[in-house]
Formats: sequence, C-alpha cells, structure tokens
Amino acid sequence: MHRDLLKFMLFAAMILAAPLAFQGGYLMNVLVFVGINTMLAIGLNLLLGYCGQISLGHAGFFGLGAYLSGVLSTTYGWNPWQAMPLAAVVVGSLAFLIGFPILKLKGHYLAMATLGMGIIMYIVFNETIDLTGGPSGLSGIPNLSIGSLDFDSDVSSYYLIWSFTLATILLTLNLANSRVGRALRAVHDSEVAARVMGVNARLLKVQIFALSAVISSLAGSLYAHTMTFISPASFGFNFSIELLTMVVIGGLGSIYGSFLGAALLTLLPEFLRAAQDYDIIIYGGLLMLMVMFMPGGLVRGVPDLFRRLLKKGGDRHA
Amino acid sequence: MQFDQLLQYTLSGLSTGAIYALIGIGFSIIYNATGIINFAQGEFVMLGGMLTLFFLETLKLPLWAAIPCAVAASTAAGMLFERLAIRPLRRPTPINLVIITIGGSILIRGLAMLLWGKDTHSIPSFSGDDPIAVGGATILPQHLWIMGITLLIVAANKFYFYHTISGKAMRACSYNRRAAGLVGIDVRRMVLFSFIISSAMGSVAGIIVAPLTMTAYDVGVMLGLKGFCAAIIGGMSSGGATVVGGLLLGVLESLGAGLISSGYKDAIAFIVLLLILFVRPQGLFGKAQSERV
Amino acid sequence: MLEVSGITQIFGGVTALEDVSFSIRKGDITGVIGPNGAGKTTLFNIITGIYTQTAGRVVLNDTDVSGLPPEKLVRLGLVRTFQNIELFGGMSVLENVMVGLHTRSSSGLLACSLRMPWSRREEVRIRSGALKWLEFTGIADLAGVTAANLPFGKGRMLEIARALAAEPVIILMDEPAAGLNSQETLGLAQLIRRIRDLGITVVLVEHDMELVMDICDRIVVLNLGRKLTEGIPCEIQENHEVIAAYLGDDD
Repeated sequence: MHRDLLKFMLFAAMILAAPLAFQGGYLMNVLVFVGINTMLAIGLNLLLGYCGQISLGHAGFFGLGAYLSGVLSTTYGWNPWQAMPLAAVVVGSLAFLIGFPILKLKGHYLAMATLGMGIIMYIVFNETIDLTGGPSGLSGIPNLSIGSLDFDSDVSSYYLIWSFTLATILLTLNLANSRVGRALRAVHDSEVAARVMGVNARLLKVQIFALSAVISSLAGSLYAHTMTFISPASFGFNFSIELLTMVVIGGLGSIYGSFLGAALLTLLPEFLRAAQDYDIIIYGGLLMLMVMFMPGGLVRGVPDLFRRLLKKGGDRHA
Repeated sequence: MQFDQLLQYTLSGLSTGAIYALIGIGFSIIYNATGIINFAQGEFVMLGGMLTLFFLETLKLPLWAAIPCAVAASTAAGMLFERLAIRPLRRPTPINLVIITIGGSILIRGLAMLLWGKDTHSIPSFSGDDPIAVGGATILPQHLWIMGITLLIVAANKFYFYHTISGKAMRACSYNRRAAGLVGIDVRRMVLFSFIISSAMGSVAGIIVAPLTMTAYDVGVMLGLKGFCAAIIGGMSSGGATVVGGLLLGVLESLGAGLISSGYKDAIAFIVLLLILFVRPQGLFGKAQSERV
Repeated sequence: MLEVSGITQIFGGVTALEDVSFSIRKGDITGVIGPNGAGKTTLFNIITGIYTQTAGRVVLNDTDVSGLPPEKLVRLGLVRTFQNIELFGGMSVLENVMVGLHTRSSSGLLACSLRMPWSRREEVRIRSGALKWLEFTGIADLAGVTAANLPFGKGRMLEIARALAAEPVIILMDEPAAGLNSQETLGLAQLIRRIRDLGITVVLVEHDMELVMDICDRIVVLNLGRKLTEGIPCEIQENHEVIAAYLGDDD
C-alpha cells in the first residue's frame, strides 16, 4: 500500500515539475491535452480494462459534458464552477439510465449499441443548432477562474487540468485496489462466479458505466472551459476509437497505462506533423498489432520484453 | 401529404434498403460461421466502389470489366484480412475481436484515403439516367439494377446454403462449431469462406449503390453500421429476415428524412438499432432463446 | 434445511427434469448421483439460481428462494462451486478469496475511492479473513500466485476456499473430484468432512462412486430427469434399480 502511494507521489511530483522544465510555450498546451485525454482514458479503462465491458460511444459523454458546461456558462451565464458539476450529474444520471438496458448486452452487441449511442449524441450536437451552434461550433466559452485568478494561460490551465487528472488517478487507483475494484475484475474474469460470490454484476456494471461517464463529462467541461471553443467534430466516432486505442496501447486494467497511452497518442501526432491526416492509419495499425502481439499493453509488454531480452542475454553468457 | 410523394419516398427507401440488406447478410454470414461481428464489413463496401473507380479511370477498363475486377480485388482483400488479422489471433475474446476488426477497418479506410485521396467520386449508372415513371413517382434505372442484383444474390445465397456441400457445412458451423469440427468439417476453411462471401457481397453492394450516392474513402462507416442494423432487425439471419430488416430500415429512413427532418436521418437507424437490441435482441422475427451459461 | 419440491425443467420442448423432490438435512453431506444426462447439473443450476425452473419450488430454511438470482442466494447462505472451476484468472489466489468475502463487507464505490478509514479497516479484515480460508484449504503458500497459473487440483481448492469465505450455511459442489488424481481426491474427502465439521451442510454432484459412498450421509439418485430413489449409501449400493440405471439396462 505504502509503495503505491509513494509511486503516486513521485508521479505527481514529476507532473507538477514539468512546467519548470518546459518554461511554458507550445508543448505546455499539448500537455494540457495529455491531462484531459488521461482522464478520458482512465474513465474508459475502468469500464473496459477492469470490468471487461466495451464502449465505443465515450466521445459522446465527453461531448455532452463539454456542451452542457459550455452552453450553460455561455448562453445562460452560469458560473463555470456550477455548470461543470451539474453537467457531470446530468451525464452520470443519463449513463445510469441507459446503462441498465445497454449493459445487458455483451461483447459485439454491446460494442455496436454503444457505438450507436455515441453517434446519436454526435448527431444531436450537430442538429440542435439553436443550442450548440451546430457544425460551426460554440465559441466564447468562459474560462474557469478562482477569485482574480483566471485559468487562461498555458501554465495556469496546465495546473488546473492536471490537478483534476491527478485526483482522478489517485481516486481510481484507490478504487482499483479495493473491494469494489476486485468485484469489477471478478465480473471481467467470470461473471457467473462473481454473481455466485454475491457481486450484483448488473448493478456494478451500470455504476461503473455511470462513473466513467462522469469522469468523461468532467474532462469535457474542462476541455470546453480551457479551449473556449468546441465543435461536434471533436466528439465523433473517430475520437471514441482514439480513446479505445489509448486504453489498449497503454494497457487494459492499468491506470498508469492509461496515462501512457494518452500521452503517447496525444504527443505522437505532434511529432508526426507530416502525417497529419494519416494518423488514423497509425491508430488502426497500432490497435491490430497491440492486440496480436502485446495484449497486455505497453505497461506490461515492455517490461516483459526487457525481461525476455535480459534472459536471452543471460543465457548466452552462461 | 400527397400519395405520390409517399410513394416516392417508399420506392427510394426500398432501393437503399436493398443495399443495407446485402451488407447485413454479409455481417450475418461471418457472425454465424465464426461468432465475430466484423466491424470492417463496411470497408469492403467502400472498396467495391473505390476499386471500380480505380479500374474504370486509372486502368481505363470498360464498366462491365471494371466491376468484376473490383469484386475480385475486394474479395482478395477480405481473404487477406482473415488470414492476417483473424486467424493468427491467439486469444480471440470478443473484446479482442472487436478491437482488431475496428483496427482493420481504420487501416483499410486510411489506406484508401492514402491511395485515392479524400474526394468524393461518382461512378456512371449501369444503363443511363432516364427516370422511369411508376404511378405518380419516378425511379432511376439504377434502382432497378439494385433491386434485381439484390434479389439475385439473395437467391444465390439460399441455393449455396441449402444445396451445396460447402454451404451445408457452413450452416453446420453456425449451429455448433465444435460439433462441426468433430464430424470432419474444416472449420478454419469455413471461416475463410465466410469472409470471402461476405466481402464479395459487401463490394457488390458498394458498387451498385455508388452511381446513386457517390463514393469516397469513408462511406463504409455509415453503410456498414446500417447494414449491421438490418442484420440485427433480421436476427442475424443470412436470408429473408435480414432482407426485410434492410428494406424496413431503408423505407423508415427515407420517410423519416422526407417527413421529419433530413438532419436526423442517420439517427433513425441507430435509434431502431438500440430499440431492437434493448427489447428484442433476437431480432424482430426471432423466437426468444433461453440464456445458457 | 434445503427442500426441493416438484422441480420440472423444460428446455425448448425437451424435459430435462421432471417433478424432482427431496430434502436435505442440516449438517449432512448429501450426494446427488446418476448416469450422464440424468439432469444433475441442471438441478444444481436451478437450486443456485442460474436457471429458472419451469415449475417447482426451492425452499432454504423455510424461505422460498425459487427464482432468486445467485447474488441474492449467497446472502441467504447458499454458495456453489463449478464443475469446470470458474476462477478469476487474472487475479491472485488471495484476491480470489477476498472476493469471496464480498457479502461480508460493504464499502461502496465512494468509500473505496476515497479510502475512508472504515473501508481501510474493512480491507484489513477482508485480507485476514481470506488468508484464514487459504490456510483452511492448505493453499496459503500460493497466496500471491495468479489464479490462471494454478494447477487444476489447486484451482479446485481455491474455488472451495473462495466459496467458504462467504461463510455459507450450505455449499453445493458440482463434481469436485473431476480432474483430480487419487491423492488429491483423498485430500478432498478430508476437506469436505472438515467443512461439515464447521457446521456447513454439503451437497455434491459426483461421478466418483468411491468418494460418494465414502463420505456421504445420504444419497439422492437421479435418472433421466427423475428421482430414482434416495437413502443411505449402503441402501443405494444394494438397490437394483440404481444398478440397472448405471448399467444401462432397459428392463
């Protein structure tokens, strides 16, 4: 237990110190997105990696959080700090309600149903033009602020976003190593055995679905208030797939893996500027290769690889 | 609302529905033989259209030659996909299969974009564009081609599944894969066959619809999903029920777009999909099955 | 203790069980035997809430539990093990048993995420409780091993430990000796007796006649979906109908 806490402290210290190394600038802006994507990936990972239930519609919850927060604060003049939790509650409740019928489905059917759910939300973002501004987007969303401190600069948004992300990491780490976390993994490994041991699998799945929607919604609100502009294009099917890729690449069922996946997939396109439009091909290839050759993701696969290489080297010396 | 207009919507809905049906049957065939929902199904539809264009414009083949070449090439792509992505899978859990077929579909789509760009293209109609009057409505010759070819393929399918050895073996796999293997059916071969048949059917669907709707590297996503919806309505049947499902969906969409709002047209398919999955996951016409552990 | 009356199960026109009734006494080890296809596993799945029967009732300690899902039954003290052991393969042996204490603990989503003091105390209690059951079944030395990597026999012990951790009043075991070697079967027989000595009622479906005759207080015989007879082991051994059923004699 103490070692886990120490690990987290080290991680947090590294994150908090990062701006000193980069001295602001463009990369800071990218790191803000790493934070948001980490939250999203963790949310999806709770559902997919821990509980074994897939969702291809999480971009929808992300978008719903962003739009609820954005519209309330921009059009109706709410304080963003009030809009954000309200959005989370609404999105969580919605997910809870959808969760009961949708999580009765398994495997491929669940994948298709969540995909359909995501696309319906995407269509709604596009078509409710009076509210959302439709395809041309919603602009002029206010930044979050505390007293006279406005979170509008790169560095201040970095600390804002990452304090939420670090909190998410800490809380989900706790959850993963607890009674509820074990029940989740039990449902993943053998639903029938979990039920025989008294786990209400159906309710648990719905709760986790709702929790992961709440995390996505919070990430969405943060995104809206940081970017000050949102449009439906950020919340479509492709982004759901991108999230899935982050989770799979980082490692199913690993919180730090989600950070790794999110960081990699957010930074990669920045370094592959030339490949702009083609990054989607890379995602596709990565997804397939990971499932085929490294189903545990980078967090497990890379140490494994090292171990195997070391062993081989050792054998040769012996 | 005038009757003529209603008729018009219904007629055009039926022809789009026929396309959904073809794609849906493709989903069902693979699902029945392997238990996999192939998320890359829509990409073969796209390949059909785009490859026809390639043979037509880049290689300057006439239409009658370009079409079979496109079907053959997409089918080869389907075979390759099965051999490279599905067969080597060591632990084929449903989640892994979902992820890998999604990965495959993105890859195919991306490659198509790389090769042919992001533009939308059109293919010439098979026999002109002179409208034909039907009652107070009109249809295009291409609509007739679509209906005719769909009927032909559905009939050929029926023949294959009920009157040929390999078709019967495929059905055996769909009832019980292990038992089929025990009586000497080469199940892996059947899996490959199912990918061949459904990629061929998907590409045909993509080709016959292209003259009406245009084609681009990304048309496979929506067409694939709607085909899946048709298959779900039909209870994953590889015959009549899915055809009815497709036609129903096509007409519903066309009426919805015409009478309610065209912006929400795509949402209709997904709302139907969710409703069916929630209320009657066995399909509109299927009987409830007892759940097994 | 456990009463089964008039259980009938029809699967798509095929009658798997027909009007099966018997009762199980508190503190007994009861064996349910019968040739293949007799409906033993189906009966187990009905009693443990995995199938819902077409007709009939299951009564546990004077409470009608017919049709209750497994997650409710365990709270009433009924647990089971599976023929093809169902472990949580990705979790450690200790964690598997910790899941067994699910109904004996209560921290929810929020308390767990925030690591509230009471949920931390509970966690300590769960861990020590789980260790106790690992020791009881003799696999405490494997606590850190990933369950999927266990040899079959140890996996069986783990499944029993996990079921016991729920502190049941009655445990149903579906062919616990299947896949065990004779040494392991001997250990199993001893373990089952020790479980009974804890005051837990044991019911087992089993093919291993030697084991059944050795440890069971009473035996219920099923054949072709019906109850053939019941009695103490030596009565069953002498019963001509039972012998005929096992030899496949049609007369």
